[in-house]
Amino acid sequence: MSELAVPEPDANVLARRDEIVAGLRSIVGDDGLVDSQEGRRVYETDALTAYRAVPLAVVLPRTTDEVAAVLAFLAREGVKVVARGAGTSLSGGALPSTDSVVLGLSRMNRILSVDFDNRTARVEAGVTNINITNAVAGQGFFYAPDPSSQLACTIAGNIAMNSGGAHCLKYGVTTNNVLGLRMVLMDGTIVDLGGEHLDAPGYDLLGVVVGSEGQLGVVTEATVRILRAAEGARPILMGFGSAEAAGACVAAIIASGVTPVALEYMDRPAIKVCEAFAKAGYPLDVEALLIVEVEGSEADMADQIERIVAVAAAHGPTVTRVSQSEAESAAIWRGRKAAFGAMGRISDYLCMDGVIPTGRLPEVLVRVGEICAGYGLQVANIFHAGDGNLHPLVLYDMNDPAELRKAEAAGADILKLCVEVGGCLTGEHGVGIEKRDLMAAQFSAADLDQQMRIKSAFDPGWLLNPAKVFPLDGRPEKDEGAA
Amino acid sequence: MSEVIAPADAAELADVVRAHAARTAPVAVIGSGTRASWGRPVDAGQVLSTRAMAGITLYEPAEQVVAAAAGTPVAALDAELAAHNQRLAFEPPDLCGFFGTDGEPTVGGLAAGNLSGPRRIGAGAARDSLIGVEAVNGAGEPVKAGGRVMKNVTGYDLVKLLAGSFGTLAVLTGVTFKVAPRPETERTLVVRGQSLDAAIATMGAALASPHAVTGAAYDPGGSATATTALRLEGFEGSVNRRIAALKDDLDLTGEVDELDAERSADLWRSIRDVSALAGSSPVWRLSVKPTAAAEIATALGPIAPVRLLFDWGGGLIWAMVPDDIAHAGAPTVRAAVAAAGGHATLVRAPESVRRSADVFQPLPEPVMRLTRAVKRAFDPQGILNPGRMYRDM
Ligand SMILES: Cc1cc2nc3c(=O)[nH]c(=O)nc-3n(C[C@H](O)[C@H](O)[C@H](O)COP(=O)(O)OP(=O)(O)OC[C@H]3O[C@@H](n4cnc5c(N)ncnc54)[C@H](O)[C@@H]3O)c2cc1C
Repeated sequence: MSELAVPEPDANVLARRDEIVAGLRSIVGDDGLVDSQEGRRVYETDALTAYRAVPLAVVLPRTTDEVAAVLAFLAREGVKVVARGAGTSLSGGALPSTDSVVLGLSRMNRILSVDFDNRTARVEAGVTNINITNAVAGQGFFYAPDPSSQLACTIAGNIAMNSGGAHCLKYGVTTNNVLGLRMVLMDGTIVDLGGEHLDAPGYDLLGVVVGSEGQLGVVTEATVRILRAAEGARPILMGFGSAEAAGACVAAIIASGVTPVALEYMDRPAIKVCEAFAKAGYPLDVEALLIVEVEGSEADMADQIERIVAVAAAHGPTVTRVSQSEAESAAIWRGRKAAFGAMGRISDYLCMDGVIPTGRLPEVLVRVGEICAGYGLQVANIFHAGDGNLHPLVLYDMNDPAELRKAEAAGADILKLCVEVGGCLTGEHGVGIEKRDLMAAQFSAADLDQQMRIKSAFDPGWLLNPAKVFPLDGRPEKDEGAA
Repeated sequence: MSEVIAPADAAELADVVRAHAARTAPVAVIGSGTRASWGRPVDAGQVLSTRAMAGITLYEPAEQVVAAAAGTPVAALDAELAAHNQRLAFEPPDLCGFFGTDGEPTVGGLAAGNLSGPRRIGAGAARDSLIGVEAVNGAGEPVKAGGRVMKNVTGYDLVKLLAGSFGTLAVLTGVTFKVAPRPETERTLVVRGQSLDAAIATMGAALASPHAVTGAAYDPGGSATATTALRLEGFEGSVNRRIAALKDDLDLTGEVDELDAERSADLWRSIRDVSALAGSSPVWRLSVKPTAAAEIATALGPIAPVRLLFDWGGGLIWAMVPDDIAHAGAPTVRAAVAAAGGHATLVRAPESVRRSADVFQPLPEPVMRLTRAVKRAFDPQGILNPGRMYRDM
């Protein structure tokens, strides 16, 4: 179907399927196991739907001890494991292989405790992102990183991908908001990293586990920071006649020293689709739209809005509209957060996630348009402008394999462009399978070897989510003794 | 005195490390050595300093990013940022006074120690501002991690591992930080005479308020009056409004004072640099959850007299213990953090004590096993700063 190579499944494991399933059943019981073909098919892909593989089996453990028993068993059997939260990964991070067992966290979704005095919450890793905020919102608190997928995605997936969101400009991404976690290593060892205190006693192992895409261990619990919400928040919509003007305005706002909570960008194709979906009152006759959000008390918000509008004036916005009500603010964000889903209703797309220095924004947007046009494809841009995290959506028709290949080629060109101007391949969606073969564009062989030695330090047998992140060529010899 | 070599660039430095790796000959890695006594003594015939590699290599104020060679003095970086009305958000301490050392702390040393000041509670630690590093690992290979953009999840976050690794994994040759705008002004609310319990409650309430408090520290005062300090930063009008609102919310009793920008800056500089504990008696640095502060203070009781300072709303505790106490009171301190959760580091002590006691918090077996595996992954021969963090590693 497509160009990304899938490693040859382990015939020995496939042949022993019944035995392996029986072993898993003896640990998690009938209702902790998904064995049927239809049942397993549910887990065959994630949000990178162009790639699919029905896994060997799916286990849905209820406790850390069950996770430990499952991993120890699978390590002994030499079976690969793909941990899974909600399966919303856009990079194929949760994509299984036919010879792997999916370990789903969906049954470990409790909020274990909330400590308002120390501003932390302890949760099971399968809890959804939004449910952490829901659990503390009554007291005026929230969990800051807010991926657009927050209704569905889990904190386990967020930790694995170091996910971000629109409000990360002010509050940071997952790694800046996780204080501790419980994790099971592939050999079944349970480790606690971090806690309710700040900073690591020795090496920041927590820091490297966050963003390791399920390759170092299976996270079962986490302690996260919760923050007191600002008194109020208010978005401003600003429309521009050109991408250049909007891009220059973003740079000017950042340079001015007022830090908005969010600074989001949409281009004309994206605005049209999102407006049709959310009826947010986005202006339709502009080339680019910025959503700039400020927060604080009424007086503070008024003050910041005045400063931002003054800075923006030099870049000639054709529309400037400050939200006048809670309902209007909600609609503005509904449109933005539903953007990917809304685009999905009109076309299949590949969502890119490169990051660039914000100063290069206008130029890069032009080149992204040219790259896609060169492949005869359309592109819509919806992204976190404040930190230079682009999300060009390359539109294609999934039923046409040639178009998928073109879209992937265009996507690769866009990401290489991001690296070329000083940025990186992925700002929040992770490498997964999607960007695995592009890693050499950003890293030298020595850089990648160093990262892979860390993989081997945690998982010597390379059984955890092995087909991801690193190019298939040039991997270290497996330590067979450990598998 | 061991010989000090200060290579002019990363390539030369890599050659030195490679030559030592080939002979399994240990090297002591320093910036300018102002904090060389933070950690266990390193026994190495060769001292490798990054101080000759200095200079800002990239600064884009509009993109809020700065990169510098590892030996660049922190002061030089600060001055350059200040000229553009920016700063490092994590408020790096200058511990020369605290350690009684002179010399210029370097940006590489700052990153290698993951050293953060009072603003850490809101703006994150050094590791959170550090977005990219260039380094030479223990095999003498140049490696990079992270980059110069604000968001980056490409591959593993080795930047986090190197921040706070005290030169035991790799020698940092270049660092890239994201920077923040300097606020227009700052102001500090000081409450005098609070007990520890009352201060922890006040700081907790302030940090749980929506008024964006960027510093919350308590000095029980030794022989002077106790002070609780709460800092607000931002635009003048906003700071005025928020400080008034904070006062209302906290419902403070006792003597309450408001420090103007200059006095506020002076106070937080001394908190940041732990100036109150200048001297030579042993000092512990504890990281705990803020509400454990009182329990810790009680548990440290047997080490009398102990001088305590609290920052990060109570989550960071500095404890100066008497000179004549065995092992700098290690068993008592370790037992206190074991009960409360968190960790303790013996940041200042005579060399003999740092050789015999554990300076860094001993780790549970599975975490120590991972720690050793990570060390091997970077420094297979174990030649970089051997023993600095853990006795046999
Ligand atoms: C419509 C839409 C909008 C999105 N918006 C954003 C956004 O704004 N910002 C953003 O950052 N991302 C966004 N994403 C991407 C995605 O939601 C995130 O990557 C999310 O964190 C994935 O969480 P999940 O629970 O779905 O994890 P999954 O997709 O199930 O898994 C993701 C990765 O985590 C690993 N993993 C899962 N559980 C564990 C565990 N317990 N231990 C170790 N590893 C584990 C998996 O192996 C996999 O590598 C969006 C996705 C969609 C579909």
